[in-house]
Amino acid sequence: MELKKKILGLIEHDAKLNPKTIAVMLDEDETVVRETLKLLEKESYILGYNTIINWEKFGEDGVTAMIEVKVAPEREVGFHNVADRICRFPEVRSVYLMSGTYDLSVVVCGKTMKDISKFVSQKLSTLDQVQSTVTHFILKTYKQENFIFEEPEEDKRLVVSP
Amino acid sequence: MNTMDKYISTVVKSVPPSGIRKFFDLVTQTKGVISLGVGEPDFVTPWHIREECFYSLEKGYTMYTSNHGLLELREEIAAYMKRSIGVEYEPQDEVLVTVGVSEAVDLALRTLLEPGDEVLVPEPSFVAYGAGSSLAYGKPVSVPTFAADEYRLKPEHLEKCITPKSKILILAYPNNPTGGIMDREDLEALTDIIIKNDLIVISDEIYSELTYDNKHISIASLPGMKDRTVLLNGFSKAFAMTGWRIGYACGHPDIIGAMTKIHQYTIMCAPIMGQKAAIEALRNGDTERKKMLESYNCRRKIILSGLKEIGLECFEPRGAFYCFPSIDSSGMNSEDFCEKLLVEEQVAVVPGNAFGSIGEGFIRCCYAASINNIENAIEKMGNFLTRHRSV
Repeated sequence: MELKKKILGLIEHDAKLNPKTIAVMLDEDETVVRETLKLLEKESYILGYNTIINWEKFGEDGVTAMIEVKVAPEREVGFHNVADRICRFPEVRSVYLMSGTYDLSVVVCGKTMKDISKFVSQKLSTLDQVQSTVTHFILKTYKQENFIFEEPEEDKRLVVSP
Repeated sequence: MNTMDKYISTVVKSVPPSGIRKFFDLVTQTKGVISLGVGEPDFVTPWHIREECFYSLEKGYTMYTSNHGLLELREEIAAYMKRSIGVEYEPQDEVLVTVGVSEAVDLALRTLLEPGDEVLVPEPSFVAYGAGSSLAYGKPVSVPTFAADEYRLKPEHLEKCITPKSKILILAYPNNPTGGIMDREDLEALTDIIIKNDLIVISDEIYSELTYDNKHISIASLPGMKDRTVLLNGFSKAFAMTGWRIGYACGHPDIIGAMTKIHQYTIMCAPIMGQKAAIEALRNGDTERKKMLESYNCRRKIILSGLKEIGLECFEPRGAFYCFPSIDSSGMNSEDFCEKLLVEEQVAVVPGNAFGSIGEGFIRCCYAASINNIENAIEKMGNFLTRHRSV
């Protein structure tokens, strides 16, 4: 279990670390690391690998919205069924159950604002359990998953020093 | 232009310019360099420490402090000394805040040396001790340390260099440039010699928080050694605060008092902004410090395994963020090796002889660089070696 955690700790913020490097960092055998990684994927500890991209650089940034959803919980299953249904829409990026004034926070991506309003009015609001929605459009991303979207800071150190 | 050389003091003239300086000029003329030649962390000072400095400025802390440094900081330093190395210092008169450890080294040497006194400097070593001794009218005496001993200072090598003029022993562990450390038994093996010969130890422990297997042991914590030791430390390496220039000296009140005398006439006090930031570092900096240490450790392993793969022999450094591989197998001397590597592969490492002649045949590689840069640099060094070995 310790090794699994250590490997996950290393690749959490850098999925590109290769098994050989991980093995060196952890004083482990490369084959062991490879097999552990496979196992972590198989047992769904690792669900996938994303890339954080600054699409704005292409000038085609698309639209992302965070939608507050109020939901009527159902007997025995609570929020589970409706959350599960919302998850299945391909335009939905993430779904969180929240404390506070609303129940689910749904992150939705689309090409245009129209795409998103269509999704909200036709798919999300029409679900029986959904009581109301409030849609917030993201205007600019400054930081996502630990990465700051400004140009990376250059190494300002002297190249050689004692 | 008229030469003004005759006006320069003979002492200053006698001190050779830093070997690193020469190499630095060469590196700055080269484009696209991957540098393993730096001597500082690759982290920016943790945000909470920087933020504390902004806050202090907003609050108007822009004035002189006591010559000794802010009492609040000295109290934090004393508490830190107690918890980290188990030695108690009185914040009032046994702690002095300086402009980096460099100032503290200079103060200690000037405070203790009579003209002609000898300073024992284990080499390879950081560049300041020998030059600082000469500038204080002392005479630096190199004490060799060897890769085979993992660069520990061995009593037999120390004893051979002691003369009736010997007054100071410099100990700088964890060591720059080798990454060597001194364990308790290594230090214990020296104390009898130190006491018998009535030496004072200047112990530069700036890398004390960067050890990878064993916790750092200070010679000041050994029986009979506290009064004989001027302990120097600072914030540059542990908290990634090199540019803030905050260091400190701890020791016997007589010595600290005398050092303070020079400090008050030459420096007055360390900048208050840095002192305020340093208080925050000692109070709340442990989490970030440990994260940085872990990250150095990962990279230490990567560079060691890389050096091994390309056939450069290197003992496993247990402290600081340097390794010091032998380049014997290349058939080149240190300076040729570094210059050619820079020109042909745009990789900067520092020639070992910049740290004393005993460093000839070695190079210093700093692994406070990104994993990507370390791996690229190793690959390029590998290509370089293959090309030159086959010639």
